[in-house]
Amino acid sequence: MEPSIAQAAAPPEIPSAAPPAIRIRNVSQTYHGGHSAIQALDRVSLDVAPGEFVCLLGASGCGKSTLLNLIVGLYQVSAGSIDVGGRRVALLFQEPALFPWLTVQRNVEMGMRFRGVPAAQRRSVAQELLRLVHLEGFADRRPHELSGGMRQRVAIARALAQQADVLLMDEPFGALDAMTRDVLHDELEALWSRSALTVVFVTHNVGEAVRLGDRVVLLSSRPGRVVAEFPIALERPRRIDSPPVAGLAAEITDRLREEVRRHGR
Amino acid sequence: MAVEHLPVAARESLDQEIEGLDALDAPRVERERAARRAWRAVWPKLAAVFGVLAVWQIAVWTGWRPRYVLPDPARVFSELAMQIGTVVFWSAVATTMRRAATGFALAVAIGTALGVAVSRSRIVRRAFGAFITGLQSMPSIAWFPFAILVFKLSESAILFVVVLGASPSIANGLINGIDQIPPLLLRAGRVLGARGLASLRHIVLPAALPGYVAGLKQGWAFSWRSLMAGELLVIIEGRPALGSQLQFARELSDAPGLIAMMLVVLLIGVLIDSLIFAQIERRLRERRGLVDAAA
Repeated sequence: MEPSIAQAAAPPEIPSAAPPAIRIRNVSQTYHGGHSAIQALDRVSLDVAPGEFVCLLGASGCGKSTLLNLIVGLYQVSAGSIDVGGRRVALLFQEPALFPWLTVQRNVEMGMRFRGVPAAQRRSVAQELLRLVHLEGFADRRPHELSGGMRQRVAIARALAQQADVLLMDEPFGALDAMTRDVLHDELEALWSRSALTVVFVTHNVGEAVRLGDRVVLLSSRPGRVVAEFPIALERPRRIDSPPVAGLAAEITDRLREEVRRHGR
Repeated sequence: MAVEHLPVAARESLDQEIEGLDALDAPRVERERAARRAWRAVWPKLAAVFGVLAVWQIAVWTGWRPRYVLPDPARVFSELAMQIGTVVFWSAVATTMRRAATGFALAVAIGTALGVAVSRSRIVRRAFGAFITGLQSMPSIAWFPFAILVFKLSESAILFVVVLGASPSIANGLINGIDQIPPLLLRAGRVLGARGLASLRHIVLPAALPGYVAGLKQGWAFSWRSLMAGELLVIIEGRPALGSQLQFARELSDAPGLIAMMLVVLLIGVLIDSLIFAQIERRLRERRGLVDAAA
């Protein structure tokens, strides 16, 4: 079971000649809690090309969320380096994390408020983005009046309002029902394909990763380490239940299970 | 920015699906008529008042205490009606309310500043955190001998105790409110670029508002109590106040007058709580979706 490590140590191939949007080099991260230390990430190296849609896939404890928090700068990188080339990075959590005291519109405006964007411009950009996520009729509602899927779309609009070049998504649809999730996959794919956004999408759902990604990167667990990469050359738009997607997903699932089994011993 | 220029292309079936899901998920709720809602809120209170009056009247009928000590409700209400027609009564109400407003405003300013300081700085918290809670549990009447020594029999003595009584509750309310902010909201704020004062103004304080309002409410109750205690002890000649009227009524063994004044004190406390703080709390809870629609 050791070839995976050799695979991880080699810098990943970049399809285009352009410099990567995100350049992750030998990043390791250890948490110290009480008397024990947990290594969350172990020498992770990964390049993400501008405009690419990369899905990070792994079982629990693979440090997926840690990696995103490091990229966005919520945590300090303790070993290795992460370079986003000065790009603006937005992060979407598994939960929408909307501010419950604000209307949908004002939630979307929040990032612009911190950047000092004038009120009139804030309003028009927010309305434009709400139209984009099909929520223009809900601008004056409060988060609690919306469903989980709608809240997550507000969160997407709020992240886009940061004028981000890179969108990091941490299992954003994990808590949604399958029907809503399928619709949001279509929505996200349409949104991404019409923009220059670079997306890093973390999930533990293999079907979702194959449905959305240009590339699926498989991480091992405890410590998180890149063990395999799968370029997904299937034509878009894709369906999560189409035979090619399902077939590829089954193949990757086998590989993922193999990873998980190693922890059973 | 790239996204702004996106054409909203003809993706009709997807659009319809999304709209359909949304319409199913977020139905508009019809609001109850205001009058109906007011009646539903008021009638249990009225029933409770009548219950208490009935118990009182029965107690008088049993002859448990002589009537000049425990008068019946009718006697007290006629006394109250008489008082309401006097200048002294309104002047007393005005003095007391002015003191209450001044004291509470000072307590809000001090308590809020203290609360922000404690919740933002670990050192200040270590220094004052336990101290504030200790102050909160100290009966305000225990401060009066000291206050009178320092400020003499003056309005400042009363305000000093009112502020000491109320500001710890307000500070603690704010501190609890800030401590209970879900960390996810703070992280969301940080990812959106919230730093320093902007973060305090737009994320931390609004998120802490329910706890803060609870603190204000408790602070008001404490300041009203302290004020009554103060007005009983610190009587300034020629300036009637509700508390001093209580004291005069006792000195004259005027039981109906005494109970009438107590009713006024109680009524003002209830009115301020239900008209101001309860309304603010209800609106906050409604806005944030903390009200169970089925209840």
